Amino acid sequence: MANVTVLGATGNQMVAEAFRQAKVDVLPAYPITPQTTMVENFAKYVADGRVHTEYVAVESEHSALSASIGASAAGARVATATAAQGLALMFEELYIASGMRLPIVMANANRALSAPINIHGDHSDVMSCRDCGWIVLFAETAQEAYDQTIISFPIAENPNVLLPVMTTLDGFVTTHAMERCELMDDDTVAAYVGDRVPENALIGGPKAVSHGMFSSLGGPYFKLKKVQREALENSKPYIQAEGDKWAAITGRKFEFVEKWECDDADYIMVIAGSSAGNARVVARELRAEGLKVGIARIRLYRPFPVAELVDILKDAKAVAVLDRSDCFGAQFGPIGLDVASALYSAGAQVPMRNYIYGLGGADVTLDALRQAFTELPQVASGELDQSLNYLGVR
Amino acid sequence: MKHMNRTYEDVSTYEHWTADKFLPGGIVNDPGNSMMYITGGWRSNRPVWNKDNCNDCMLCWVHCPDSAILVENQKMVDIDFEHCKGCGMCAVECRFDAIEMIVEPDSLSAEGGN
Repeated sequence: MANVTVLGATGNQMVAEAFRQAKVDVLPAYPITPQTTMVENFAKYVADGRVHTEYVAVESEHSALSASIGASAAGARVATATAAQGLALMFEELYIASGMRLPIVMANANRALSAPINIHGDHSDVMSCRDCGWIVLFAETAQEAYDQTIISFPIAENPNVLLPVMTTLDGFVTTHAMERCELMDDDTVAAYVGDRVPENALIGGPKAVSHGMFSSLGGPYFKLKKVQREALENSKPYIQAEGDKWAAITGRKFEFVEKWECDDADYIMVIAGSSAGNARVVARELRAEGLKVGIARIRLYRPFPVAELVDILKDAKAVAVLDRSDCFGAQFGPIGLDVASALYSAGAQVPMRNYIYGLGGADVTLDALRQAFTELPQVASGELDQSLNYLGVR
Repeated sequence: MKHMNRTYEDVSTYEHWTADKFLPGGIVNDPGNSMMYITGGWRSNRPVWNKDNCNDCMLCWVHCPDSAILVENQKMVDIDFEHCKGCGMCAVECRFDAIEMIVEPDSLSAEGGN
């Protein structure tokens, strides 16, 4: 029987606990800015002998993910963590990790990218890496960050998946603010995640293998990229299965898209990350005032849950898509583009307005969220166009 | 391949590339398969071996970057033209004028090719 410890903890603490309980073999990390206390806490667990991990303090995030790639190819269970500019510095290796099909689990504190210099929460860093071939999860709370980090290991290491997973939580609001959290006991987590059983490891396997090979004009590069796309798309049932398995232990449900009062909703907001809590507060008030609103919160962002979102949104009168980052030069923000594509390809004629909010950690006020909801009847009637808007800029 | 007692599946065209032939991430679990990569077509100059001058000192074997000097029982027996890129290093290193470089098209016409 699982023992649960209830504690006040930050998202960073909970991710560090998840890494410890998953008994990570190797954790390379750059321990200085923009690193968070995820790695500081984990380094303490290593120093105190609470986990027997090879902790490698490297000289940059570029090296952190490079070392992760080497260790993962060797057959180790590998985790690392980063944020903001650190994730940007890893960019080259992000594609290498996914292209080599290495099951690395990386936690990211979602934060703004310079310039101007800013250390606060938004989704600019993770969204810039959305097409790198990683599975990407968004947590709303510290509890969810813990749950999603734990399920990331068996998802990534499943022989039918073999993809790196980015488990993300919003900078400051989720990483640094303290919440009530439930921590499972070590044995329960260890039994759930199991051991990594690599089939083609560089070290200890039955055959000599080569990883990271060259593939020129006549080589299988093109073919392998198609196989990689299919692998990411085909990972969905395995992601859901691990979420369900963990939910059976914890009682906390896992869905690609969390539906809040969507079934009878006329107007639906699509959102990811920590601001969904504020959105629910406003939505409750609006429901009491007679406006039928709902919220579709994205937890699995890559592979994008097209069918699930279309199913939720197809009968709405209008949809507000909230993006905490921008795709400069594109028509919408990243989630806006994804939702528009999903609706278009399904033939769903649902008016959509895209709102960019909370960049650089700007306050996501209840008034701003109320504005997004209450503009939707005008979007449905055509009084307001289907454009991109910066929400709450004062 | 005459000097290697192995056979390989043909993966020379796109039609042969199916997912089951490639491990995830392009892992290669069949060591020594660079033999399948025929680099002889890159050659513009060809080494011609004069067996009478050769005393099997193995200097060419040591220096050849493509392992294209074929040796049996400590004696040079041939040059592997499927992998020789014609760099000419063997001819430069040879102390006995046993290897001469000629222009590849000339060698083809000498053999009746075009």
